[in-house]
Amino acid sequence: MDWLLIGIILSAFFLLGFSRLSSCIYIVALQGAMLSALPLLAKGSFQELHIVLMSLGTFAIKAVAMPFLLTRSIREASIRQEVEPIVSLHLSLFAGGGIAVLAFSSIKALPPALPPFSPMAVPVALTVVLIGFFLLVSRTKAITQVIGFLVLENGVFLFGMNLVGDFPAIVEMGVLLDLLVGIFVMGIMIYHINRTFDHIDTRVLTALQESEEETE
Amino acid sequence: MRILALLIIPVLLGILSLLSRAETRRKFRRFVLSITAFLHLMLTASFHFFPVAQEKQGFFSLDPLGLLFLSVTSLLFLLVSLYAWGYFHHERKVVKEGVSHLFTPCMLFFLTAMTLTSVTHHLGVLWVAIEGTTLASAPLIYYHHHEKALEATWKYLLICSVGIALALLGLFFVAAASGGHGSDLNVTSLMSHGKILEPRWLRVGFILVLVGFGTKMGLAPMHAWLPDAHSEAPSPVSALLSGALLNCAFLGILRFYQVCLAANLGHFMSRLFILFGLLSLFIAAAFIIKQRDYKRMLAYSSVEHMGILALGIGVGSGFGGLLHVVNHSLAKALLFLTAGQILIAYRTKMTSEVHGLLRKLPLTGVLLGLGIPCYFGIASPGPLYQRIFNLQRWVILGSCHLHGSLSPGPGGCFCRHVTHCPWDDSGGRS
Repeated sequence: MDWLLIGIILSAFFLLGFSRLSSCIYIVALQGAMLSALPLLAKGSFQELHIVLMSLGTFAIKAVAMPFLLTRSIREASIRQEVEPIVSLHLSLFAGGGIAVLAFSSIKALPPALPPFSPMAVPVALTVVLIGFFLLVSRTKAITQVIGFLVLENGVFLFGMNLVGDFPAIVEMGVLLDLLVGIFVMGIMIYHINRTFDHIDTRVLTALQESEEETE
Repeated sequence: MRILALLIIPVLLGILSLLSRAETRRKFRRFVLSITAFLHLMLTASFHFFPVAQEKQGFFSLDPLGLLFLSVTSLLFLLVSLYAWGYFHHERKVVKEGVSHLFTPCMLFFLTAMTLTSVTHHLGVLWVAIEGTTLASAPLIYYHHHEKALEATWKYLLICSVGIALALLGLFFVAAASGGHGSDLNVTSLMSHGKILEPRWLRVGFILVLVGFGTKMGLAPMHAWLPDAHSEAPSPVSALLSGALLNCAFLGILRFYQVCLAANLGHFMSRLFILFGLLSLFIAAAFIIKQRDYKRMLAYSSVEHMGILALGIGVGSGFGGLLHVVNHSLAKALLFLTAGQILIAYRTKMTSEVHGLLRKLPLTGVLLGLGIPCYFGIASPGPLYQRIFNLQRWVILGSCHLHGSLSPGPGGCFCRHVTHCPWDDSGGRS
C-alpha cells in the first residue's frame, strides 16, 4: 500500500514540474484514481459493499468526470497549452521538496492514522495539501488554479480517509457531489473568462480593487 | 416531516422553474419564487408554535439556535422575492444583458442550502450545505454577465471553495479528536462526550474551521471576495448574501464552538474570536472611510458587523451576539434594497453623483434614513458593550469605541449627502 502513497506524492511533484496543461489534467486524474483505490487496498477485501461503492464513486468523480469537464473547457475555450507559472518550474520543484521535508518532519505533531493505513499516510496527505496551495498561488491561468484546488481537495480527502473511520455514505456522497458541481461551475466560468477577455490569465482580473477605484 | 418538506419544496419548485426557461415565462418564475418563499415562511413560523422533538441521532434536528437563523433567512427571502418583482422590471429598462432564466432556480436552490445549514446537527451535512450555498449563489452574482461581475464571481468561487476545503480538513481533525468515529459527528453526541475529546486535535480542527467558514462569513483578513461579490451582484442578491448567507457561515462556526465549549476549550476559542473580531472591525473601518462606491461601503460594513458578531461570542455575550445577528440581517437587507432603488434611479454606484434623494424618491430616502441608525450599530451592541464593560477588558472596549467613532462617519455623510437635506447645502463634498 505504501507504493500507492508514494505514487500520490510523486504525482503531486509531476504537477509542479510539467508545463503542458493537458498532461497536468491527466496527472490529476491519475492521482484521483490512486486515491480511490487506496481504501480498497488498505482494507484488503472487496467484501464490504460500502467501501467498494465509495471507491467506485470517488473513481467516477475524481478520475473520470472532473478531468473530462476540465478537458472540455480547455477544448471549448481553445486555451494555449503552457502552464505559465509565476515561480519557475525548477524552483517549484525545489519548493515541493521543501514542503515534503516540512510535512514529514512534523509527523509527531499530526494525529495518528487509523489502523489499516500506514503511519506514512498522514504526512503524505499534508504534503499534497500544501503542494495544492502552492500550485494555487503560483500559477496565473484560471484553469491551473482549478487544478491546484483539485490537488488540495485530494490531500484533504486523503486526510479524511486516514483520520475518520466510518463516515456516513450519504455525507461522503454529498461532499463528492458538491465538488463535482463546483468544478462544473468553475469550468463554465473559465469559458466565460476566456470569451470576455480572450485569455484566462487571472492577473487581468484586477478591476475591483480599492486603489483603482480612487482614480475612477 | 415538516423539516423534510422545508427542504424538498424549494428543490422541486426550483427544478420546475429550471424546466420553464423561456423568456416569456418570466412572470411564472417570479410567481413560483414568491409562492415558495411564502410557503417556506409559513412552515418556519409553524415551528414557533408547534415545536418538533429534538433528536439525538439522525441528520435533521431543529434547536432554538437553528430556528432563529432559519426564521431570519426565511423572512428575508420572502421580502427579497417580493422586491425582485419590481426591481427586475425596472432594471431591464436600464441594463439589457443578464441571464434571467437562471435567477429563480438558483435562488430556490440557495434557499434550500441555507435551510439545510439551519436544520442539521450533523457536522458533515453542515459542510455540504455551506458548500452548496457557494455553488448556488455563484450564478446569481454573475447575473449581469459583464467583466466586473465575472471577476467578482471567480474570486468568490475560488476563495470560498478553498476556504471551505480547509473547513473540511478541520472537520476531519474534529473527527480525529473523537477517535475517528465519523458516524457520530453529531453536535449533540459530540457535546455529550465532550470531556473525552482529544483537546490537541480539537484545537487544530477549530482553527481550521474558523479560518475556513470565516472566509465564507467575511471575517478579515479572509474577506477579499466579499466587497466585490456584494457590489457586483444585483441588489436583491446582495441583500440575501449579506443578510442570510453570512449568518449561515456564522452558524457553522457556532456549531463547532458548541462542541469546543463542551470540551472545556472555551477560553482558547474566545481569544481567537476576539482576535478575528477586532481585526475585522479595524480593517473594515479603514476601508470604509475613503470608500466612494456606496454598495462597496455597505459590503465593508458587513465585514465590520461580522467582526462585532465574532467579538460578541468572544467576550461571552451570546445574547448580544444573536440579537445583533437579527438586527444586522434586517437592517443590512433594507439598506441593500434601498441601494438597489438608488442604483436604478441614478445609474451610478458613486456616492458623489447621487443628489436630492428625498425629492426624487421620497420613500426610499425615508427607508434609507431608517436603516442608517442600524448601520451605526447603536441598538444591538448595547448588551455586548455591557458585557465587555463587566469583564473590564478595557483594551477591547477602547478599540470598539475608537472604531465606533470612525466607521459611522462615512455612513452619515452618505445619508446626508444623498438625501440632500434642506438644512445642508454643502452636500457636494463628502
